[in-house]
Amino acid sequence: MEILKPAVAGTLESSDAMVTVEPTDNGIEFELNSTVIHQYGNEIKRIVMETLDRLSVTNAKITVVDKGALNCTLKARVECAVFRANDQKENLPWGGAIR
Amino acid sequence: MINKVGRDIPEEILEQTGKEVYQGYLYKDGTEYVKHGPVTKVVMDHNKSKLVDSIHDVLVKCGIKDGMTLSFHHHFREGDLVVNMVMEEIHKMGIKDLTICASSLGKAHDPLVPMIEDGTITNIQSSGVRGKIGEAISHGKLKGLATMRSHGGRVRALLTGETIVDIAFIGAPTCDDYGNCRGIGGKSDCGVLSYSVVDGNHANKVVAITDCLVPFPNFPAHIEMTRIDYVCVVDAIGQPEKIATGAAKPTTDVRKLMMADYCTKFVINAPYFKDGFSYQTGVGGASIASTNSLMKIMEERGIKMGFGVGGLTKSMCDLLDKGLVNCLLDTQDFDLDAVKNVKNARHFRISAGAYANPFNKGAFVNKLDYVILAALEVDVNFNCNVVVGSNGIITGAQGGHPDTAAGAKCTIVISPLLQGRIPAICTDVTTVTTPGETIDVVITDYGVAINPLRQDLIEAMKDVDDIPFRTIEELRDMAYEIAGEPEKVQFGDRVVGIIESRDGTIMDVVREIKPFTFSE
Repeated sequence: MEILKPAVAGTLESSDAMVTVEPTDNGIEFELNSTVIHQYGNEIKRIVMETLDRLSVTNAKITVVDKGALNCTLKARVECAVFRANDQKENLPWGGAIR
Repeated sequence: MINKVGRDIPEEILEQTGKEVYQGYLYKDGTEYVKHGPVTKVVMDHNKSKLVDSIHDVLVKCGIKDGMTLSFHHHFREGDLVVNMVMEEIHKMGIKDLTICASSLGKAHDPLVPMIEDGTITNIQSSGVRGKIGEAISHGKLKGLATMRSHGGRVRALLTGETIVDIAFIGAPTCDDYGNCRGIGGKSDCGVLSYSVVDGNHANKVVAITDCLVPFPNFPAHIEMTRIDYVCVVDAIGQPEKIATGAAKPTTDVRKLMMADYCTKFVINAPYFKDGFSYQTGVGGASIASTNSLMKIMEERGIKMGFGVGGLTKSMCDLLDKGLVNCLLDTQDFDLDAVKNVKNARHFRISAGAYANPFNKGAFVNKLDYVILAALEVDVNFNCNVVVGSNGIITGAQGGHPDTAAGAKCTIVISPLLQGRIPAICTDVTTVTTPGETIDVVITDYGVAINPLRQDLIEAMKDVDDIPFRTIEELRDMAYEIAGEPEKVQFGDRVVGIIESRDGTIMDVVREIKPFTFSE
């Protein structure tokens, strides 16, 4: 998928993450700010990259402000931000392509 | 050198501090030593006044100079004005290279950071630090070392002369012109002056700072005039609304209530739950909830507590009001109800030394049956961390944690399995503050683990079927299953602080924080 416009998903509540995607032509630019960066910084990066890969996103500036979200939450927020960047509100592949 | 809790204490730190590594919680039992006595300037002339007009003048009279050690107490908690008032004056005078020996430091003391940065303060000894001082220390801004010691350990350090206090400052809610200090009355009522007693007894110069001068004699004194060199009257020593707040509302958090329920069930099924048992608990939601639910069972079964001790809250005072505890022994008041209750005839003030000092002829903690504690992290060896946050920054205090854990027959730690994403039950704590050999039970929202060292407690609980018992490893595995296995905090090489065991040996070191970098 392509990032057509900037989009945001998630909140800054504890145990959530706010994920912002923006268009770019320079591959994946990843920025992380996390309350648990020492313990899970590498893991968060891995989950975000993996999710973008599953969605076939190859160009995106992605910013994650994480407040200790679990992997399942991180995946959901990344997916949501990417679909919003495409204005896709229906026919979301629940439990499908983004498993 | 590797110590008894498996921590590698660098040789240069052992050399620099002249300390030994931690070798077990009873390593110093039976030790003999001669107590350090203070320099005492006698007052015989009845024409001499102890009243001094300003902080500046009192500093001059005490001979303030570079390299001195100054002490403070923390009974005014986040409402304390004394530390900043004294230190700002010293800063103006350009004095350098000072050691601050405080019973604790909090966010109220953020204004000390510039004095750490410019070398006014080069060493800190405290139960712990919060706020910006913790950040400054963890970022390596303190030139010397931060020594984190328990309430009992601080008394030991002053008694043995390991720390010699040149000038002690005692914020006194009421005081007379000859230095009789009381923790009650006045504008900055904090109830007790327990942490200051040792400063009065062992510091070379002792200054009482008050905002409420009362007629002589201010009796019964909590710190007597015979220990006080000077009395200084100022406008305000504390902000009353931050010294003691209203009692915390009973928690409605179902997770905390569930842990409180497990805790109460454990307490009543342990062999110490009988008439005359002794008990200490903290100020956390789950601790207070478990005290309240324990109260109901005590009433039902007609069991009374012998004594309750430590920092007190409304829920402990309720026990006294209901006649469910013989007496309370008070070292600190956490809420207004406790400050008020200290006037009760069976609510006694005790010094921090009587409470927890390991180097006297037996402290109250040694007579504890139960203590209910919290922890930031507990590892599979039951070691607890209460000082260093998951971000690697010093952000807590030892308080009486290691003292009561060592003293009590049954030490219970309550902690949710996960603090946000961070597993509270882990393979290795970031920093050891309280050794696992003194922790008996860990209560989480996912189950309860008994230390295998306590086969007697495991035996006592074998027919208890309404507590979900797990091994500590099972709890850790559950936490890792949910949150993923955490990586360790990335520290630099420089040691910025030591975690001192209550007996003066080194439990662990705290290193300078390093910015996180991704592994690839």
